[in-house]
Amino acid sequence: MSDDAKTRGLLGWIDARFPFTKLWEDHAAKYYAPKNFNFWYYFGSLAIFVLVLQLLTGIWLTMYYKPSAAQAFASVEYIMRDVHWGWLIRYLHSTGASAFFVVIYLHMFRGLLYGSYRKPRELLWLIGMAIYAILMAEAFFGYLLPWGQMSYWGAQVITSLFGAVPGIGEKLMIWIRGDYTVSDVTLNRFFALHVAAMPLLLVLLVAVHLMALHEVGSNNPDGIDIKRHKDTNGIPLDGIPFHPYYTVKDMVGVVVFLIVFVLVVFYSPTMLGLFLEPENFEPANPLKTPEHIAPVWYFTPFYSILRCVPDKLWGVVALAASIFMLFLLPWLDRGKVRSVRYRGRGFKIALAVFVIAVLILGHLGANPPSPGRNLVARICAVLYFGYFVFLWIYTFFDLEKTKPEPERVTNGSFKWLWEWIQQQRLGKTKPEPERVSPK
Amino acid sequence: MRKLACLLAMMLLPGLVGAAEENLRLMNAQTDLSDKASLQRGAKYFVNYCLGCHSLKYLRYQRLGQDLDIPDELVEKYLIWGDSKISSPITSAMREKDANGWLGAAPLDLTLVIRRRSGGLDVDGGADWLFTYLNTFYRDDKTATGVNNLVIPNASMPHVLWRLQGIPEPVYQRADGDESSKQRKVVGLKMPDGGGALSKAEYQRMTRDIVNFLAYASEPIQTTRKALGLPVLLFLIVFLAIIYLLKQEYWKDVH
Repeated sequence: MSDDAKTRGLLGWIDARFPFTKLWEDHAAKYYAPKNFNFWYYFGSLAIFVLVLQLLTGIWLTMYYKPSAAQAFASVEYIMRDVHWGWLIRYLHSTGASAFFVVIYLHMFRGLLYGSYRKPRELLWLIGMAIYAILMAEAFFGYLLPWGQMSYWGAQVITSLFGAVPGIGEKLMIWIRGDYTVSDVTLNRFFALHVAAMPLLLVLLVAVHLMALHEVGSNNPDGIDIKRHKDTNGIPLDGIPFHPYYTVKDMVGVVVFLIVFVLVVFYSPTMLGLFLEPENFEPANPLKTPEHIAPVWYFTPFYSILRCVPDKLWGVVALAASIFMLFLLPWLDRGKVRSVRYRGRGFKIALAVFVIAVLILGHLGANPPSPGRNLVARICAVLYFGYFVFLWIYTFFDLEKTKPEPERVTNGSFKWLWEWIQQQRLGKTKPEPERVSPK
Repeated sequence: MRKLACLLAMMLLPGLVGAAEENLRLMNAQTDLSDKASLQRGAKYFVNYCLGCHSLKYLRYQRLGQDLDIPDELVEKYLIWGDSKISSPITSAMREKDANGWLGAAPLDLTLVIRRRSGGLDVDGGADWLFTYLNTFYRDDKTATGVNNLVIPNASMPHVLWRLQGIPEPVYQRADGDESSKQRKVVGLKMPDGGGALSKAEYQRMTRDIVNFLAYASEPIQTTRKALGLPVLLFLIVFLAIIYLLKQEYWKDVH
């Protein structure tokens, strides 16, 4: 209980027994976030919004879904046709799965952009990466549940990857499936993991992620520490209370997100076969392998890396390594500044190349391979891993020419534009606006 | 280990399967789910010509009647054959076990065929695919059914509508223009004189109705879904304006 809490009445009664006001103040009303958050800072709160959406729609789907090989496919169609508003709940959930990854990828990219993984936020980044890993597992387990052809064969291919582990591979694969092939048994356990184990872990880790964030404080687009300049009360001069400033700002983000989300849900819930694949409208048939097996779009970059390695064991190693490299980022990047705004040209080029490589890998992973495509995939895989190697060499050997960081946060790259608009509105030319001079 | 190798090999093969379909340009089915008369005709044709073998097991008669403006009594009188109830799913009288014996493979349930064949293009892709399929049967004495199909080469399905359409004759061309080559491919279809009971336009209208009906059956809610999008969006846009003004009000004192 905080010392200065002077709550009375019911709240006082609660505060004497549970740190309600303290929690509220520590995490919202007196959590001081930098005032210069930009577009990239919406995706954290959006991720929580999508998580809640997935939990709620998921609970309702569970009320009608039947996790058995004989009934799963038909029960999904039952939800789509006979359950009142079942179609909406199902489309919200299926679109929500893809939206979750869109939001998380943008959230992670923000970290790369502004060095949010750097000291003292290493553990915050690791927890976030653990959330990402759990989210991938959650999505993978969930994708089997509709029991369509792509559900079945996707699960068959991914579980078979464990068969590549030397020595225990075959046994490990059977242990995971609970059968020699993906079957009713597999469906049941994936259901248990999807609706209970993984969501519990996700919610827990998100809480831990937020606790870690509020302990070290939010980074910002300038990558500088706002706690260096405090007022007499110990409040950062460039900080504003999360509530109400960012609660109300994030609500704007949520509504904009919902507009895009609703466009997909109501007008193209299959997203032209990207979110719901055409093959998955055919019930799982263990005797009929589809012409082309591809995971959903959010896994395709990693799938490309797996596929472009000629040896299966090393392919799996490359796949695991491609995700593991992200965990290492806080220790690979030793640059003097955090934010891309003040980093060297080499970093900017490397990050752009990295993003393009991921996009190309994602495109290739969704399509059938060919010798030409395999070559492109290999080049992009090298570029993918190259980013991490480059980042370490570039910063460890001090090759980066950084720009001086400002002492206080700035209004961002478009500051001049806003000022220009302001001038036009006022209809008079003001003297050249004073720029924050770096020390 | 070997299974993985097999799976990876199968993933590398997709180019080979379905190669015959590649050069075929699909016909435009011009589906229109607001055309209730077409959907009603499609339902009639379906129970008369398709339901003998193909079921629509995820759709119920009653739902069909409600969505297509057909009163329950008329559904019971004209669409339900056999002892199905109005609340029953639309199942075929042919049992799967029998079908496997008679035809080698049980005919597919057609409820989701349009979505399955959509190729990512929403219902239109699947509708065009099915419309082309129903319009590209041709005589081929080498097959068990006496007909073949351009969309699904060597399809096991006979040309059920042959009395109505007639059986088109294939126009062959030797591969590479080489007359001695035994390889030949179908480059066009020609209807012999007499044809079937329907004119070409009538047959195309009939198959379009069937395809339109199956496009409806693949997702009965789709018309409602699209209609609901606009009010939801309008609400969100108004809500956005309010929330944005609220945000501006709070942020006035942040410099």
